Amino acid sequence: MSPGTTTKHGRPRAAAPAHRRGPGGGGATGARRRRAWTPWFYLAPALVVLAGLLVYPIYQLGLISFLEYTQAQVSGGEPTTFQGFANYSQLFGDSQFWEVTTATLVFAAVCVVSTLAVGCALAVLLTRVRALPRLALMLAALGAWATPGITGSTVWVFLFDPDYGPVNKALVWLGLSGFEDYSWTYDRYSAFALVLLEVVWCSFPFVMVTVYAGIKAIPEEVLEAASLDGASHWRTWRSVMAPMLRPILIVVTIQSIIWDFKIFTQIYVMTDGGGIAGQNLTLNVYAYQKAFASSQYSLGSAIGVVMLLILLVVTLVYLRLLRRQGEEL
Amino acid sequence: MSRSRARLRVRRPWRLLAEATALLVAAVVAFPLYWMVLSAFKPEGEIQSTHPRPWTTSPSLDSFRRVFQQEDFGRYFLNSLFVAVVVVVASALIAFLAATAVTRFRFRFRTTLLIMFLVAQMVPIEALTIPMFFLMRDLGESVPGIGLNTLGSLIVPHIAFSLPFAIWMLRGFVKAVPESLEEAAHLDGASRSRFLWQILFPLVFPGLVATSVFSFISAWNDFLFAKSFIISATENSTLPMALLVFFKDEGNDWGGIMAGSTVMTLPVLVFFVLVQRRLVSGLGGAVKD
Repeated sequence: MSPGTTTKHGRPRAAAPAHRRGPGGGGATGARRRRAWTPWFYLAPALVVLAGLLVYPIYQLGLISFLEYTQAQVSGGEPTTFQGFANYSQLFGDSQFWEVTTATLVFAAVCVVSTLAVGCALAVLLTRVRALPRLALMLAALGAWATPGITGSTVWVFLFDPDYGPVNKALVWLGLSGFEDYSWTYDRYSAFALVLLEVVWCSFPFVMVTVYAGIKAIPEEVLEAASLDGASHWRTWRSVMAPMLRPILIVVTIQSIIWDFKIFTQIYVMTDGGGIAGQNLTLNVYAYQKAFASSQYSLGSAIGVVMLLILLVVTLVYLRLLRRQGEEL
Repeated sequence: MSRSRARLRVRRPWRLLAEATALLVAAVVAFPLYWMVLSAFKPEGEIQSTHPRPWTTSPSLDSFRRVFQQEDFGRYFLNSLFVAVVVVVASALIAFLAATAVTRFRFRFRTTLLIMFLVAQMVPIEALTIPMFFLMRDLGESVPGIGLNTLGSLIVPHIAFSLPFAIWMLRGFVKAVPESLEEAAHLDGASRSRFLWQILFPLVFPGLVATSVFSFISAWNDFLFAKSFIISATENSTLPMALLVFFKDEGNDWGGIMAGSTVMTLPVLVFFVLVQRRLVSGLGGAVKD
């Protein structure tokens, strides 16, 4: 954070001249006090909503994860009992949990890297083409972006349908006869690959549009100066563009991590609730299935807590990066 | 002059290659949407054909008819629209006030609050479905309008979940309004709330629209809460549920699914195209400021 942007006394920076009535003015302290409260009035609705519907549920989530909470407790048939870390030790002792966690981390990482690679490459491509191809690509990307997760998922499943889907037919036509009646959701890895394709399709537009806006914001003179100084393309990218794009790249990376780590609809719809024998489960779907399909609410909550903790680590890394850049919040 | 022209000549084949690539990528990206709309218009026999063709010679509205004649489909559509619109308006207003507070004022805990808004964006809302379910159940007993099985149970959580990002994104827009304007308004005797609603609000409005896209999408696309909170009151179901009807064990009705998907995608697409320009500049602003 750059020095001097925040005054430590809670004094409003934007004090209008009209407010400065000179030192002994009777109304001055009253006005200042009123002014000091103004931001809190403005913040009140947001804080009330967030406290009630975000902070309180998180607290509840943590609480339930320490209780025995199944259908019997929900219906009030049995009292809830405090279990300490029993739910967690049950969870950590379950090999499926570790398998799902690993799958989630690897899958999210692949999604993030693919999305960023595709999005950045296309953003650079956009700067190299004339208006018409640019418009075509922008519109197509906006279409993919706007498609709701559930319809996007169903459409992609249909495209890859073993009986009626055009993709298998096209692959066979290209000479890959192995794809005749190939079921993409049957094999664990091809099912993940299918979900990956859909995720990249619907999330690269955000990266592309944002990075493109960032590139466009680099002043023309800077690039011209670099080329006059005899800098090569690569050199210009490395020493001029990359540093200027850094804040934007950090934002899109973090947003992608957050989104891809939490993927729910795609997995749930495309692999029908987590795949055959749960082979395509990710933490989010796993927690949901534990809680709502098998009524083990406390185990589901414990998984939720684990997810929260992992994302909290990501957030802390993000804040560190922002701070190291000297970015003002 | 001659130098730049020379460079242009050298780069020309590259540009053509780039443009060809861009058009090809655009076609690939648009293909799923094309296939969705195409399949929605295909007659029954052509969809369930083992030789799918990328065109149809006899477009039919049968699939759409099945979708709309489905019991209560119109109702589901209106429910979805109602939820999304209420979420958009409420979160835009609340976020506008909050963004004004954190950008135009300096006060204690300001930075702390900003960090909290950031952290709040990370919360996986799916993980909160469990406590949210119990919260809605308990709230329903005292406030009937937002209990389980009501549209309120879909609206209220989505307002909460879209707020942090909306506040974060609106900051840039509020910041962009020069502070001298506020001083001038003050000197002209405008009260604080008058400045807020009659001067700042219209200026920030484009930003609000861009932000709304995200709240709209999250509410419109919601699948999990609709599935978990609307248990018995099917008259309060939303569109995603109407879509799931066409998934059957004995074989999916792909025509119905594609027609339903088309109907569901269209409003978002229209919204997107309308605010497209503001969205791009808005993201730039939110990211750069």
